[in-house]
Amino acid sequence: MENKTEIFKGWRGQPIEEILWLCQEIAEDSNLPTVNAWRQNGGKVLGHFQVYFPEEIAHAAGMLPYKMCGATLDSKHADSRFGSYLCSIIKTSLELVLSDRIKLDMFVTHPICDAARNLGTIWGRNYEYPCQILYLPQNPNSSYSIQYLTDEYNRLKGVIEEVAEHKITEKELINSVMIFNRNRQLIRNLYEIKKNKPWLITVSEAYSLVKLAGMIPREEHNNLLETVLPMIESRNIRKQDKMRVVFEGGFCEQPPLDMLRSIGRSCYVVDDDLLIGLRWILNDINPGNDSLKALATAYIDQSSYSPVQHDLRKPKEKMFVDRIKSSNAEAAIITAAKMCEPGLEEQVTYTQTLDEMNFPYFISEFEENMTSFDHLEIQLETFVENLLFD
Amino acid sequence: MTNNGHEKLVGRGARDGAQLFREWFQRLSDTAESGGHSAYVFVMGSMAEILRVFDLPMVFPEINSLQTAIRHVSAEFLNEAEDIGYSPDICGYVKADVALQMRGGGHPMGKIPKPSIAVLTNACNTYLKWAEIWERMYEIPMVTVDVPATRQANQQSQPGSEQFNREKKYVLEQIKELIKICEKLTGKKFDIDKLRQIMGYANVMSKNWKRVLELNKSQPSHFNALTEGTIYLGVANAFRGTEEGAQYFTDLVEEMEYMSKNNIGTLIDEKYRLCFIGVPCYPIFRRFNELFTDWGGTFVTSTYLWFATGGANLGVQYDLKDPLDSLAEGVLISVRDAMDSMFSPEIPLVKMIDEFNLDGVVYHPIKSCRTVSTGLADNRRALMEMKDIATLFIESDMMDQRVVSEAQMKNRVDAFFEGLDARRTREKMEQV
Repeated sequence: MENKTEIFKGWRGQPIEEILWLCQEIAEDSNLPTVNAWRQNGGKVLGHFQVYFPEEIAHAAGMLPYKMCGATLDSKHADSRFGSYLCSIIKTSLELVLSDRIKLDMFVTHPICDAARNLGTIWGRNYEYPCQILYLPQNPNSSYSIQYLTDEYNRLKGVIEEVAEHKITEKELINSVMIFNRNRQLIRNLYEIKKNKPWLITVSEAYSLVKLAGMIPREEHNNLLETVLPMIESRNIRKQDKMRVVFEGGFCEQPPLDMLRSIGRSCYVVDDDLLIGLRWILNDINPGNDSLKALATAYIDQSSYSPVQHDLRKPKEKMFVDRIKSSNAEAAIITAAKMCEPGLEEQVTYTQTLDEMNFPYFISEFEENMTSFDHLEIQLETFVENLLFD
Repeated sequence: MTNNGHEKLVGRGARDGAQLFREWFQRLSDTAESGGHSAYVFVMGSMAEILRVFDLPMVFPEINSLQTAIRHVSAEFLNEAEDIGYSPDICGYVKADVALQMRGGGHPMGKIPKPSIAVLTNACNTYLKWAEIWERMYEIPMVTVDVPATRQANQQSQPGSEQFNREKKYVLEQIKELIKICEKLTGKKFDIDKLRQIMGYANVMSKNWKRVLELNKSQPSHFNALTEGTIYLGVANAFRGTEEGAQYFTDLVEEMEYMSKNNIGTLIDEKYRLCFIGVPCYPIFRRFNELFTDWGGTFVTSTYLWFATGGANLGVQYDLKDPLDSLAEGVLISVRDAMDSMFSPEIPLVKMIDEFNLDGVVYHPIKSCRTVSTGLADNRRALMEMKDIATLFIESDMMDQRVVSEAQMKNRVDAFFEGLDARRTREKMEQV
């Protein structure tokens, strides 16, 4: 039965193939129908840029935390705001608002890279609503980082309360943490299927399912996953002789769905860092009697890794190798978005590490607006065949 | 003053600066030869005050890299790094340094010692990625002093406010953690009186640097922010917290004040006063400047002289009675300002257009540096909405000659000056 307040409509009662197709349609629709439906229902929207944002705070205030991760569109308006030699995602994210595809009530970016930090200032010069940088700690190894981040979350909460015109209670925060805990658990369950029975869901299907978490209220996403996961488990799909691979390089700018489909034709992607921010917190958060401190502690102490965070406890090449080993991958696809400085720098480390291990990898660059994948597909097929017949 | 005295004074800053740098590189070579400790640091938040307490020689990889471009050998260095997988699309400074490390420290100015520690701030994100390379290469401690920057333009936390105190406490705790690591690394006990002395020298330097920048409001201007200015800022970084540095900037103020009193300018005929936004084009450093001076244009100020001294342009004065707390406050205010200078230069610039009597603003975003360059197009748009000022927007690079097109730049620069000329003629006619 469809809930009238739901903003992602049309999936209930449909077969799994239809639901997954709808998810992919929504995931790559640059007109953002779900986010606009939320606004049309009178809701406010907080747009947050990659990689991680404590969405629970916006959710507790009754806002929709919308994960801004670019789009496949021409940056007709945004191009004039930027110079050359920049990644696509910062341009297309701004284009979404400059072209009126979506209206925000607040925008938050993070110090993940030099371009992303500039984005907050650029946004602020073009819009009057709060456009801020959330300074997530760049020194998570400092004994004071959790306290600093708790204070920073408190500051952010104050700004969100003003925008939402709603004073957030601790009870509301705890409720949000629990809803997001449930969501993270469901996404972990989805990744377990990818790892253990990758033939049941393609990389593009799984990716779209996860991406919707940042485009609809989390309660809705929980309902969707709770319905869909058992359906995926009972799909009648034959296992094929495809290479098990880990995909690395999707922490910020996202590869186009067609690129993932191309990869999926010759590989099972058994783990990846696509939209890693939605899976940044690795375990349930116990809110205790201070939810913001619990969120801050989780960010520092129970989190994943990406090229844009330096943590002495998480050397990225070691974490990457752990990801490969824990997913029983036979090869890795190491990508980076064009002009993405952190991603391109990390590529060197990852490939050197895998060279030392004599572990096979395929290296490439991508851009979210790419439309032709024939070349990539042929190269990847050759790579896979070389390994299969080695 | 005698003619001889005049000749000794005018241009002394440039001469002494060049000499200090030769000596500085020689000392680094000596350290490299003897296998001594060194700290790799960056210009925006070098933490020189702490590192000098432990007598750690400081290496500024940014300066090493830009010197390869000025000496026209950066292409070799870039190619060597690209050969081992570094992309053409990442920071040229990083790649030149990678090649330098692969060469065992061999540099046109001397030999660069290996690092024993890397100390950095978050003023530039590439600092983190860069230091990770040394961390892996040499297995050395990498210490980030994370400085909470401005969350939204024009909304900095103010000293005394609750938020400022929280941010200062975070910086202070990180400084204390850095001290412990330095003690362990060097086997030396932290000496707070030595810190006071170093901070005293830094106070003299900062006060005088601020004064030097202000004195260039004079007409004609006393120094070119792009050429002489780059020498001054090199000294401001490499000699921060030293007696030599304090003396240098005291002398520099004397020189500028003498020039001011005697109406001496850097150009014989200063026709156009310009502000430079961005990072210089080091691969054709001299020629790039000539594109402007040939038309009588001189850069009287530059955001580069602000952010590339880590915000020392503010002239922040440490309170030596409470050095650690004051250092935390100074680092927070100065490094934060360095970041603001890169992200929101239009805010101070609007006032400076009148104060410095500027005729134009030259934006020079570069391929290598997203920190400085990402927002400059939008910045230019915003500035021109706020103020009727001529602007020029030219892109190239600070290291990579492959993206430096001198002929194309010259066309743009010439057109810019023709526009300035026409504007001036029009204004004169309107007055008549």
